[in-house]
Amino acid sequence: MPVKIKMKQDHIDKIKEICKKFNNDGGELINVLHQTQHFIGYLPAEAQELIASELNVSVAHVYGVVSFYSFFTMTPKGEYPISVCMGTACYVRGAERVLDEFKRLLNINVGETTADGKFSLTALRCIGACGLAPVITIGEKVYGRLAPDDVKGIIEEYK
Amino acid sequence: MDVNKKQLRIALRNCGFIDPENIDQYIVRDGYMALANVLMQNNPQAAIEVVKKSGLRGRGGGGFPTGLKWELASKNPSDQKYMICNADEGDPGAFMDRSILEGDPHSVIEAMAIGGFCIGATKGLIYIRAEYPLAIKRLEIAIAQAREYGFLGQKILGSDFDFDLELRYGAGAFVCGEETALIHSMEGMRGEPTFKPPFPAQEGYLKKPSNVNNVETFANIPVIFNKGWEWFSSIGTEKSKGTKVFALAGQINNVGLIEVPMGITLREVIFEIGGGIKGGKQFKAVQTGGPSGGCLTEAFLDTPIDYDNLIAAGSMMGSGGMIVMDETSCMPAVARFYLDFTVEESCGKCTPCRIGNKRLCEILDKIIEGKGTMDDLTILKNLSQVIKDTALCGLGQTSPNPILSTIDHFWDEYVAHVTNKKCPAGQCKSMKQYIIDAEQCIGCTACARACPVGAIKGEKKNPHSINQDLCIKCGACYEKCKFNAISII
Repeated sequence: MPVKIKMKQDHIDKIKEICKKFNNDGGELINVLHQTQHFIGYLPAEAQELIASELNVSVAHVYGVVSFYSFFTMTPKGEYPISVCMGTACYVRGAERVLDEFKRLLNINVGETTADGKFSLTALRCIGACGLAPVITIGEKVYGRLAPDDVKGIIEEYK
Repeated sequence: MDVNKKQLRIALRNCGFIDPENIDQYIVRDGYMALANVLMQNNPQAAIEVVKKSGLRGRGGGGFPTGLKWELASKNPSDQKYMICNADEGDPGAFMDRSILEGDPHSVIEAMAIGGFCIGATKGLIYIRAEYPLAIKRLEIAIAQAREYGFLGQKILGSDFDFDLELRYGAGAFVCGEETALIHSMEGMRGEPTFKPPFPAQEGYLKKPSNVNNVETFANIPVIFNKGWEWFSSIGTEKSKGTKVFALAGQINNVGLIEVPMGITLREVIFEIGGGIKGGKQFKAVQTGGPSGGCLTEAFLDTPIDYDNLIAAGSMMGSGGMIVMDETSCMPAVARFYLDFTVEESCGKCTPCRIGNKRLCEILDKIIEGKGTMDDLTILKNLSQVIKDTALCGLGQTSPNPILSTIDHFWDEYVAHVTNKKCPAGQCKSMKQYIIDAEQCIGCTACARACPVGAIKGEKKNPHSINQDLCIKCGACYEKCKFNAISII
């Protein structure tokens, strides 16, 4: 379920500014969504409604695009977003066990955020660092050649 | 070094040798010379002829002759045409395009300008994954520099040819690697493929004739002009010319990108360049072609690698992922892994792909959980064939390949799962049992302390035992035991 919030005025202004930058052109929807998500961190329903009216396309169209692409998210990410690469190279080198360990220690599933808002967990499709398999990223930091035993120490770093 | 001996770098010629953020270093290595020559000769038909004669085929996986593609796009008159670069590298385990864009962005820009001149396009678009921030940054820098030097913009190098580039960002959808889906995504819509014809060469981006090529294909173009099509076509096999970049990964000693001439054998790639299997284990299979490809066995190690041989062997070239697996990989589980990917990435437009693949996945689950029957194997085969024959786009038509090729080459392993309820590779959790050998166990309690569910009981200094009903088969005890007392059956 998309999170229902009342958008702050500065968010509303910023989204309008982004839409204007792309000439309020419906063909630029994906670029608009990229920049909006970069700014707010996710794409709440209200933001999608606003974008739809600014670009003069239907809300259904915006929602259709948002839900189609895995890069777009309708739930806020944690302060430290953990992404476990599940590309083939990582998979055959044991990424699943690393992911299971994160799930177990954080007590969340893939796609969820911890109750304190600190960590969120996603499984990615290959970040192109197959030489470091299995690999995870937390924010922009990359951890490579991991074993399940390393997971606990990594989480400690952020606590 | 053996790693380099059999390699030949054409597409990756500059990667690692130049500063990708400095256009002068690209120019010193013959950069933009091909574009200058093509513009000087001012004969698009002749330039297309060069690409055709070189025998270059699409490196994104399909293997369609690039020169022919350009010719088709050039023949459709229009007030506006588009040259598009597909940099939506979505195959798990493939990163050749990222390396080229990060290491040598100008080679792609130069080739797109040449291509634009050949087909009569004044606009170029690069559709790149948002997950590649460094590649995006390098491309932006390179495009700005090329404009400054007059390689992009109006009246390029004093000719009458105008050409400029723009970036478009993907948003994480594998199907957008398919060219019609890619075009819809660039138009700001859901990346759903449409039926061909009309081909992009007839009706592409904004309904104008468009030409889509992959990053690696473009990276080959300047060299073909600089060194001549005769030189290029002297490399490779009869129907596959030049080199191919592969991302070598998996259970192998040397992982990373390699570029090898077409016609090299898998054995040379895996055992000479790759340095053999990690930890001295047995080679079992190599997966090529990503989620659309298949698994090849030892029997194919001496087959020369080219587009047609790989297809004949039940796999495909794909964009160049090459994942090597050793004896510990379970083939039905590997097939399940790829199917899971396809199910998630299916755009949902056509029924065979949307529903068929989901059913295949469920059957594989049943097999892996030890609940499969021989009938399931028959259904698996038949349904795979139906999806192959009826799906709308390349994604669906190739999605059953991982199943068909593993069923073909590892039939016994599937049968072992359904009839004996055994996983020969010892990977499938449900069929695994950890047991403690009472004679080896000295009762050190290390395993009991490691067990997260308290399934191991026993007195200190006395043999322990595992309660199979509680065991979650995590393997923690197996890793902790220093006395080889725990075995997997």
